[in-house]
Amino acid sequence: MSVRRLAEDQFQPSTFAFNAENDVWAEATIRKYPEGRQQSAVIPLLMRAQEQDGWVTKSAIEHVAGRLDMPLIRVLEVATFYTQFQLKPVGTRAHVQVCGTTPCMLRGAGELIDICRHKIHHDPLVPNAEGTLSWEEVECQGACVNAPMVIIFKDAYEDLTPQRLEEIIDAFEAGRGNEIKPGPQIDREFSAPEGGPLTLLEEVKPVRTNLEPPQTEPQAVENAAGAPDSAGRVKENAPETDPSIKTPVTDKQGAKEQAKTAETQPLSATTKSEPDPKAPGSAAEGAPPEPGAVSGDLKPKRTRKKTTPDGEAS
Amino acid sequence: MLKDQDRIFTNIYGLKDKSLKGAMSRGHWDGTKQILEKGRDWIINEMKASGLRGRGGAGFPTGLKWSFMPKESDGRPHYLVINADESEPGTCKDRDIMRHDPHTLIEGCVIAGFAMGAHTCYIYVRGEYMREREALQAAIDECYDAGLLGGNNKNGWDFDIYVHHGAGAYICGEETALLESLEGKKGQPRLKPPFPANMGLYGCPTTVNNVESIAVAPTILRRGGAWFAGIGRPNNVGTKLFMISGHVNKPCTVEEAMGIPFRELIEKHAGGIRGGWDNLLGVIPGGASCPIIRGEDMDDAIMDFDGMRDKKSSFGTAAIIVMDKSTDVIAAIARLSAFFKHESCGQCTPCREGTGWMWRVMERMVKGNAQKREIDMLLQVSKQIEGHTICALGDAAAWPVQGLIRNFRDEIERRIDQYTYNSTSQGAVMEAAE
Repeated sequence: MSVRRLAEDQFQPSTFAFNAENDVWAEATIRKYPEGRQQSAVIPLLMRAQEQDGWVTKSAIEHVAGRLDMPLIRVLEVATFYTQFQLKPVGTRAHVQVCGTTPCMLRGAGELIDICRHKIHHDPLVPNAEGTLSWEEVECQGACVNAPMVIIFKDAYEDLTPQRLEEIIDAFEAGRGNEIKPGPQIDREFSAPEGGPLTLLEEVKPVRTNLEPPQTEPQAVENAAGAPDSAGRVKENAPETDPSIKTPVTDKQGAKEQAKTAETQPLSATTKSEPDPKAPGSAAEGAPPEPGAVSGDLKPKRTRKKTTPDGEAS
Repeated sequence: MLKDQDRIFTNIYGLKDKSLKGAMSRGHWDGTKQILEKGRDWIINEMKASGLRGRGGAGFPTGLKWSFMPKESDGRPHYLVINADESEPGTCKDRDIMRHDPHTLIEGCVIAGFAMGAHTCYIYVRGEYMREREALQAAIDECYDAGLLGGNNKNGWDFDIYVHHGAGAYICGEETALLESLEGKKGQPRLKPPFPANMGLYGCPTTVNNVESIAVAPTILRRGGAWFAGIGRPNNVGTKLFMISGHVNKPCTVEEAMGIPFRELIEKHAGGIRGGWDNLLGVIPGGASCPIIRGEDMDDAIMDFDGMRDKKSSFGTAAIIVMDKSTDVIAAIARLSAFFKHESCGQCTPCREGTGWMWRVMERMVKGNAQKREIDMLLQVSKQIEGHTICALGDAAAWPVQGLIRNFRDEIERRIDQYTYNSTSQGAVMEAAE
């Protein structure tokens, strides 16, 4: 938790009103939430007020409280709880938010903070003499694979070096911030590794095997994935009615045999994929255990054929 | 290495067409209506069969979570809420999904909403993701225009998606705090029970899911739960977005199979450790709240839930923070303590007071200005915070400190010795000069 208070009275403007565009936007935002739940819009409205004025003023808080029919204290709570709301004026041309949490720190956020101290002001959240620039250290901004990074207003500037940050700050100071391309400042595309992505290079065909009616017994994943040739076929049978699927109703004998096998097998065998030839209740003596034969419910026919005659003979 | 064919996020780097048309050409929004027609039970069973565990850090089975919603509405509306308040240090996967592959998420919302009887979905995006929010909203507008969302849409299930946002509070990633915040209050977690599935947003049945968990759902249903369950080890299946940050040669986000060995992941995708494998000091495997693991213990590590548990850490969100031997590991963990102190919501005393206390002691440990018995005291206090708070932030703040003491106690002691030596040796010099 951190202590956050509203700015002193001498900084507070006397009134606040949304401009025409934001007013329309605010009405639309309130309508996103169910009837009587307009309080939900408090964070978006305060944020829009901050975007309009640069920071959250006391009169903006009062305006939002009136508009959403909320007690003033509830809006004050929200404004002081959420750290993205600036409760004091910040730099008009740039407010540099340097991420200082461990992933950025490991890649040199400390040097970026030194640059800000040196170029803007020794202390965070205090604008420079002209009031154009300010900075603060913020917690993780969620661009950790592009560390270190800063956010200026809405855009993130990533993969920074101290020199590059100096250039960026200079550009914003000169009012040319829009000339700088947001995102990684090195030769790199977003979160792909430097030097180009190593994955997602092949042309792939979308797979939708599960939406096709099953043609054969479900097979290994690779086979199914590589065979989308039934994509254009008409789907006429639901999977539940597929005759090729054996259920205890259609295949009573097999189910009985399976139940018997399951009873006689030791519990540990249920996790194995291959039947243990020495285990009691598996194929009788003399019957060679088929390598790769799957126990359990996948191949009921084979189980029946092999065990039944032997069982009758003995 | 996972084949491109099996990657769910086909445009995670944003280098291909991001529009609805582009997404459709890569197989998204294909047969959504057909999936919905198979019915709620089929969807939930298929999700259960896929073995998908929630991607937000806790790893709770997603299909099971969906099944907790009441089958029939008792008059109250049902809500689906997407947790896009991605603030865990090290984690940046949802950002890429929202700005580059938003249609995976939107389609997932429709399917998940249908499976739990919800007609309304709120996506709670963290406040700092402003461009991501704009990209997501643009994609949603595109879907409305194409008749895939809204009333009487092509999928046959009336569905509205609204994008909401926060304003920079880590705690709002906790599901009940997120709901409080969505209701326009301070983000302070609620006591459970009642669970959100019974009393969530506006007192109505609600399910809160992570972005990645929802975004992978449509592909799983299209290809079948068995396909997803066939990747990785039992209980740790599927594909996952790994985020590799810190001291690697080429940090990146990449989708890989669960259970990939740590070495293979770093070598193939991140260009190896800076300065070679001998230079590896430690790894935080799943975001800030996971205990650090020593480098030599990571040699044979398997990157999944069980693999990380075997290493006495946690898989979390697969946000891998790598530290080489140039790192001041005590300072790195102290910075995390500062983070948790900053982000504690102030509701429960053990966390509010404890996170600040731990941070102050950690700051002294960084300098070495401490007694060795204070290491045990710090460990003991961290155990008193853990498990004594409403939400898991108290635990999350305690684990990194515990991990540091467990794995790097020698380093802390060495620094205390050095500090003591420096102060006494200088003192001796001064006395001799008199």
